[in-house]
Amino acid sequence: MTSTVSTVSEQKGLETITLTIDGKEVQAPKGSTVLEAALGADIYIPTLCYDPDLTPYGACRLCLVEIEGMRGLPTSCTTAATDGMVVHTETPAVNQARRVAMELIMANHHGDCLTCAKNQQCELQKIARYLNIEQEHFDRLRKSTQILPVDTGHPAFIRDPNKCILCGKCVRACHEIAGAGAIDIAFRGYAAKVSTMGDKSIVESLCESCGECLARCPTGSLLPKQTVSPTREVKTICPYCGVGCSIYLGIRGNEIVAVRGDEESPVNRGGLCVKGRFGFDFTNHPNRLTRPLLRKEGYGKNIEVDGNFQEVFREASWDEALELVADKLTHIKEKYGPDSLGVLSSAKFTNEENFVVQKFARAVLGTNNVDHCARLCHASTVVAALAAFGDGAMSNSIADFAKADLLFVIGSNTTECHPIIGRIIRQRMESGEIKLIVADPRNIDLARRATVHLRHKPGTDVALLNAIMHVIIEEGLQDKEFIRGRTEGFDELAATVERYTPEMAEEITGVSKADIVRAAHLFAKADRAAVLYGMGITQHTTGTDNVKSLANLLMLTGNMGREGTGFSPLRGQNNVQGACDMGALPNVYPGYQRVNVEENRLKFESAWGTTLSETPGLTVTEMIDAAHQGKIKVMYVIGENPIMSEPYMSHVKQALQQLEFLVVQDIFPSETAFLADVILPAAAFAEKDGTYTNTERRVQKLNKAVDPPGEAKPDWQIVSELAEKMGHPFGYENTADIMEEIASLTPIYGGIRHRRLEEYGLQWPCYDELDPGTPMLHMGTFTRGLGKFHAVEYRPPAESVSESYPLILTTGRVLEHWHTGTMSRRSEVLDKLNPSGVVDIHPDDAFKLSISDGDLVTIASERGKIEAPVRVTDKSSPGLAFLAFHWRESPANALTNPALDPVAKIPEFKVSAVRAMLSVLDRASQDNEFLAKLAENPAEALKEYQLSEEEKAAIISGDIRKIESWTGKLDNRLKQWLIAKLSQEK
Amino acid sequence: MGISQPTKAPEIIRERDEILSSQINEILELYRGERSELIPILQEVQQRLGYLPEAGLKRIARYIDLPESTVFGVATFYAQFKLVPTGRNMIRVCRGTGCYVRGASQILETLERELGIKAGETTSDLEYTLETVACFGSCALAPVVVVNDRVYGRMTTEKAQKILANKKEK
Repeated sequence: MTSTVSTVSEQKGLETITLTIDGKEVQAPKGSTVLEAALGADIYIPTLCYDPDLTPYGACRLCLVEIEGMRGLPTSCTTAATDGMVVHTETPAVNQARRVAMELIMANHHGDCLTCAKNQQCELQKIARYLNIEQEHFDRLRKSTQILPVDTGHPAFIRDPNKCILCGKCVRACHEIAGAGAIDIAFRGYAAKVSTMGDKSIVESLCESCGECLARCPTGSLLPKQTVSPTREVKTICPYCGVGCSIYLGIRGNEIVAVRGDEESPVNRGGLCVKGRFGFDFTNHPNRLTRPLLRKEGYGKNIEVDGNFQEVFREASWDEALELVADKLTHIKEKYGPDSLGVLSSAKFTNEENFVVQKFARAVLGTNNVDHCARLCHASTVVAALAAFGDGAMSNSIADFAKADLLFVIGSNTTECHPIIGRIIRQRMESGEIKLIVADPRNIDLARRATVHLRHKPGTDVALLNAIMHVIIEEGLQDKEFIRGRTEGFDELAATVERYTPEMAEEITGVSKADIVRAAHLFAKADRAAVLYGMGITQHTTGTDNVKSLANLLMLTGNMGREGTGFSPLRGQNNVQGACDMGALPNVYPGYQRVNVEENRLKFESAWGTTLSETPGLTVTEMIDAAHQGKIKVMYVIGENPIMSEPYMSHVKQALQQLEFLVVQDIFPSETAFLADVILPAAAFAEKDGTYTNTERRVQKLNKAVDPPGEAKPDWQIVSELAEKMGHPFGYENTADIMEEIASLTPIYGGIRHRRLEEYGLQWPCYDELDPGTPMLHMGTFTRGLGKFHAVEYRPPAESVSESYPLILTTGRVLEHWHTGTMSRRSEVLDKLNPSGVVDIHPDDAFKLSISDGDLVTIASERGKIEAPVRVTDKSSPGLAFLAFHWRESPANALTNPALDPVAKIPEFKVSAVRAMLSVLDRASQDNEFLAKLAENPAEALKEYQLSEEEKAAIISGDIRKIESWTGKLDNRLKQWLIAKLSQEK
Repeated sequence: MGISQPTKAPEIIRERDEILSSQINEILELYRGERSELIPILQEVQQRLGYLPEAGLKRIARYIDLPESTVFGVATFYAQFKLVPTGRNMIRVCRGTGCYVRGASQILETLERELGIKAGETTSDLEYTLETVACFGSCALAPVVVVNDRVYGRMTTEKAQKILANKKEK
């Protein structure tokens, strides 16, 4: 019922008390307030500042009641209900006091009700009617008609202080639910108002735009800019991150006009982040693909990504487009064999669609070359956790984070990438009930709130974790009983970590010995500890080792198989868990049944009535290489954007250009679609039914809310029609049919049926129709029997800094955007909030490079270069640069390293050696050898060049005019840079 | 050419920021970083720097782990805290009942005219800040003006001009 973690109703036991309200005997849970007891018994008490999710505030003075034996008129929202209490809610004294309080509130409210967008939904209006307030009564109290400026800076909502009644709901929501603390009540007396730091526009504050304030404002003081009211609501699941928030879409006509969180959802309890609340307008974007498109004759694939789409492609009927695709696929399969075909499935679309896509690849095309972008995020998790525990997924549930004593967050910027989980961590820290260890090279939000922040160098996780385990074992703090009873391989682990002393780890990781010891003590001594991690762990050439180390740590301390503990890979995409579960992977059928095990193959062959390939297929990263080498001739890319998401962009682009035939199926003309021969228009999340599986293995139901634009269709229909054209009709009527087939072939989904999911969904494994699902794995015994320790050694990242590339670039995401930006960049609100990529650089590096905040810089690696504005911030560490990968204008993956983890084949996105240079300098130095030298190594440049005394003097004194007479006219910023640089060299 | 000017500017800002933040860091080092220390820290910064710079408020908020909006809320609640630099001389004009009936308004007007600022403002050379207060409790001396810590009683507009003239001579 609420977004906060430990809510009043959860703290309350099962014990009840009995009190009398207005002569009626009322039962209420012990610990309730008088107001809650009354509301629970359907007795109305007016209030403007009460909210079930927030701590009682007692500000509005409207919920006053009379309680026998108590003096005065207490506020019912702050008074605890006790057994035998006698309460009166409607006496003349109560009504009189409420009216006065209400008149005072209204006197300070600039009401213009008829034109206010809150009209008829305004709590103030309702209570004014209820209390029979008359205009003349509060007019006499009006002190001033001063009009305060309205803050219209935010793209999604306005703040009108003239309509604010200072109930404090927005402030409490911002602090208690979101944990952002962007607003508070400032100034005093009559001047008091809700204010940001420095009384600036909300967009200049720490506001994270989650809109929890907006959802709670009782008046028109906080109003969405989009004010069309919906005529119906449809419950469905948010399509952004892997948290899987349940939402209600408000629909008017065929458009989504409003969103609200589902208060009953065990996942988000009504809460939403900025993407979930304001990010769905992409579905109505004019760029949506509405008809199949074919590349016109004579247009090569060397066009620019921003080239003219209409010029290159022509519209076609579904029949023509699918005929062409079917013919080409059949022809190329016959000519080069089935393994010359590759299919990319998607972590964005439903389980049913992933199932159909992998079935298409395996049964129709005859290849196991099917993969999706989990390869780029949690492939290492799946490999390592299968080896250690026997299941590649999160062991416990999101709700467990609220039950832990200690959370260890490593390589996850949770508050930006999984905001609703980030919120739980913030709330728990604010409550003072838990300890938090954060290991991250960047000073992220959670790091600032942490008990210990281990700021290790990128790619040194194994050394750090081994040293923590070294301390635990050396001091005998491990859970010996758990190790003896439930695990194997401890001795090998102990022998390996013995060499990883804190001193040695300090050398490798840059984290002080004392902090390593402190973290080890905190972790080992916590009764219930959980590990949360993200791409900071997995996207390394040592990704599998990193995850194995985390598994070691959890088993070493007995933190598996109990409430409030566990292994929590935070999945990045709405259905990346489901896409893996559905076997959109080259080596397994649905439910992680290996393709090279005969028994499995026979089962699927008999179910699908065809023969299947027994050789595991290629991963995404291998398919790109194979395309480059000409081994893969055709790719069918569905709901993926490899140009933007794969490392080493220019290599990927070349590979795709070389294909004989490329089919892209998407909702937008993505960067990849520009290289396609055929583009097929798909339906977006709100336009279809199906299921998504979230990060905690919860299979949740997606419900169709609007019709797709034009001729766009759900992906499962398109793929089924193509299968039929190729002579293998699947015969599905709807997505529930597909789920029946999934359940029959996938033991862990055996009990999943659409009709069972409408309310809260079900967590797999769910073996049969009576199985209530499994909130916690590995209770009593691990899925693989004994948990297995893996002794792993530290290996440095594939790339390290050099003189030419002295910085390490690490990539990631930002709050407002999502992945390759196909959706979020087309959301007006999200794109306005964060319109361009920014490189974070530490002040020390900025000083060395003579770069200031806001400068346009060129970031270059061995693989490419991009330009982006710089933000000088201590969020970054010295020697570290950060750039998210959402922006096609500054694509981080033009720079990243395609080196792979040997087992999981995940690329090392997190460590690339780069250099940063002022862009004007980069351009100027391209045709000026002296400047190029100077930019790279100023001292050398001065030495190397044979300079006359006059020239030396001019350079040393920074005489720009003289210098210009030799180099030609210099840009103003370049002049400044030169002077600063030369003065540093003195 | 005007090249040297913009070149130095970032350096100057860097230096000024560094001085400011080192002063604030010095103060913060005296505290443990607990939330209850907010008001003593604000008071000390106010005393040392003469005002609470915005960057300083943010720094304090981070140090004691409070949201910066809350720190701003507290800083704007108490009249003792200033968010903009105050002048080296603080002139306070009493507007209590006693002073009011004996001509405080004219004295305030005179000072405003002489200094070229309104009550609550600071001269651009950071020399004077002019404020009004409700009562000093020196009603027997009404009307009263307090300059820094010195009380001037039985003020007249001429005396007010003289005080300013004397100050300016020094």
